[in-house]
Amino acid sequence: MKPLKPRGPFAGPEGIQLPQLERSLRHPRTLFSVAMSALTALMTLAALVPLFSVLYLLVVRGGRLFSLALFTELPPAAMVPGGGFGNAMVGTVLVVSIAVALSVPFGILAAVFLAEFGPHTATATVVRFAAKVLTGLPSILAGVFAYAVVVVLTGGFSAPAGGVALALLMLPIVLLTAEDAIKAVPAKMREAAIGMGATPTQVVWRILLPTALPTLLTGVMLAVARAAGETAPLLFTALFSDYWISHVAPYFIPKTVGDIMQPTPSLAVLIFNFSSSPFDNQIDLAWAAALVLVGVVLVVNLAGRALSRRSVNP
Amino acid sequence: MHRASLEHVDRPSPSDSIWQPPSTFDVVVDRVFRGGTLALAWGTVLVVVLVVGRIARSATPAVQAYGTQFLTGTVWDPNRQVFGILPQITGTLYTSFLGLAIGGFFGIAIAIFLSEGLLSSAVESLLKRFAHTERPFLTGLPAQIEAALRVTVELLAAIPSVVYGLWGIFVVIPLVRPGANWLHTHLGWIPFFGTDLSGPGVLPASLVLAIMVLPTISAISRDALVSVPPKLREAALGLGATRWEAILSVIVPAAATGIWGSIILGFGRALGETVALAMLAGNANVISWSLFSPCNTLAALLANHFPEAGAVEVGALMYAALVLLAITLLVNIVGALILQRAEAGLRGLSL
Repeated sequence: MKPLKPRGPFAGPEGIQLPQLERSLRHPRTLFSVAMSALTALMTLAALVPLFSVLYLLVVRGGRLFSLALFTELPPAAMVPGGGFGNAMVGTVLVVSIAVALSVPFGILAAVFLAEFGPHTATATVVRFAAKVLTGLPSILAGVFAYAVVVVLTGGFSAPAGGVALALLMLPIVLLTAEDAIKAVPAKMREAAIGMGATPTQVVWRILLPTALPTLLTGVMLAVARAAGETAPLLFTALFSDYWISHVAPYFIPKTVGDIMQPTPSLAVLIFNFSSSPFDNQIDLAWAAALVLVGVVLVVNLAGRALSRRSVNP
Repeated sequence: MHRASLEHVDRPSPSDSIWQPPSTFDVVVDRVFRGGTLALAWGTVLVVVLVVGRIARSATPAVQAYGTQFLTGTVWDPNRQVFGILPQITGTLYTSFLGLAIGGFFGIAIAIFLSEGLLSSAVESLLKRFAHTERPFLTGLPAQIEAALRVTVELLAAIPSVVYGLWGIFVVIPLVRPGANWLHTHLGWIPFFGTDLSGPGVLPASLVLAIMVLPTISAISRDALVSVPPKLREAALGLGATRWEAILSVIVPAAATGIWGSIILGFGRALGETVALAMLAGNANVISWSLFSPCNTLAALLANHFPEAGAVEVGALMYAALVLLAITLLVNIVGALILQRAEAGLRGLSL
């Protein structure tokens, strides 16, 4: 084999081969490497184009209509200018609150078992697997389930039916993040508490949950952000309504069981319904609602992430 | 505590000591609470069983009435009570595969870019050229940019699907329509370009679907790439591989199981995606190879027909929901199993 002639500034004396420490771009192998790096960088940037395109369009088309009336008025009829989606915002808050009330205690307490009481049991393995399967449940099927259970049993579309559907989607998110959060509590804190005679239950309530609180909240907020934007589970559970939740002032506070057990509007369904409307005023309103919805979802999402980032550092 | 003597430690009184044994009441509360969390943990499993069982039971009458003809029929007509979901099944698979191909390609590239420190090494070599390596602000910058990019890619998943639908109607469709129609007029003999794009269709639906599955794929693939033991990379580089030779022939194969898992979970997401497709697919029961033809998916069928369905149609829709549930459950379980195996495999490698 013919010895290669060393090149470059690191070439040793004639006849001795020293490895080249710097790769030259003239070598096809190096060029390929640099080109691939550049390509993946470009692809990453390209993937962000849709996000910024969505945000830009929301601000431009949704911002056009932005006013206080959006939050205080009812959706307009076709071709009628003005109007807002105050009732849909109230409805979204109501349905998501029901979902939080159902899924958060359930998810966190189940996570306590997975993280603390029986992390290596067969139960934990099965439950974790079930939660992962639930993560992949199509949101429309959560709606089908809530329809088959709540709507059929109570005899009508209602806020709790929507809440059950959304809770089904929130549960695995809350559960899996809560398990990680509780596991991340330093072992010495729990051992100190046990050493003082605390029962496992006291350790959970006085040490683990308070210490893990920021990270637990992250999971809850990510789940809320997901649920608030979901449309499919609400289409035939909460349905929609053009009216306020209550007939008596203040209209945005439900006062009787009857107020809750009726079709409830939501921002997401409003956007879906109005997006196919042939009337410009309703399409504009859909854009404005999308701006508000994305704003809320992104703020909740980023705030949730910020919470746990701070708690990692101290 | 300065009064504490040996005798106090032997027989502590509650007022003096910071430690005390649990009272009987505490022990009872503890037992109950632990039992409660165990019950709720099993509750999660019960929820899955309930969802499957409830949908299966609601679908049973329709399954008995329509049998397998339901799966091969191509007409959905509530007035004549003829129901078939073959176009929806093919539409679901077609849009999902296309979306997955595009989204997976980008997702894996992004995962590699964000996990291999490509940005920091590029910045480093640039700084070395200008002899600025002593600036902590500049050398720390790439890591911060990478973290920001990672969050931004994840935010793609945070945008509600109904907003993507709205964006698809007003941005993607007008954007791809001229090109699509040019392809149809000039290359119309190729089955993929067999129809023109009049509005909603397979292509805009798949493009939006690609954006929606991309964050899932990139996040899980990145986890898989990051958990490849560093010594594999170091060994490859030490043998003289370039950075990308190491990535393509060592790191990606080592993380392959995890990457496959991410693709399959992304497929599961694509199959179940509803609202954006209900807005962009066209709600037309057509079986066609054409990328520009309108189509329909199982989830979109449910979304479009359920709210106004009568009792008979609800039964048929429950059957369709059961089919969708079976497909997505299967895909998700396979994906979860693959990821579990990937985790176990890498644990073996790093020992």
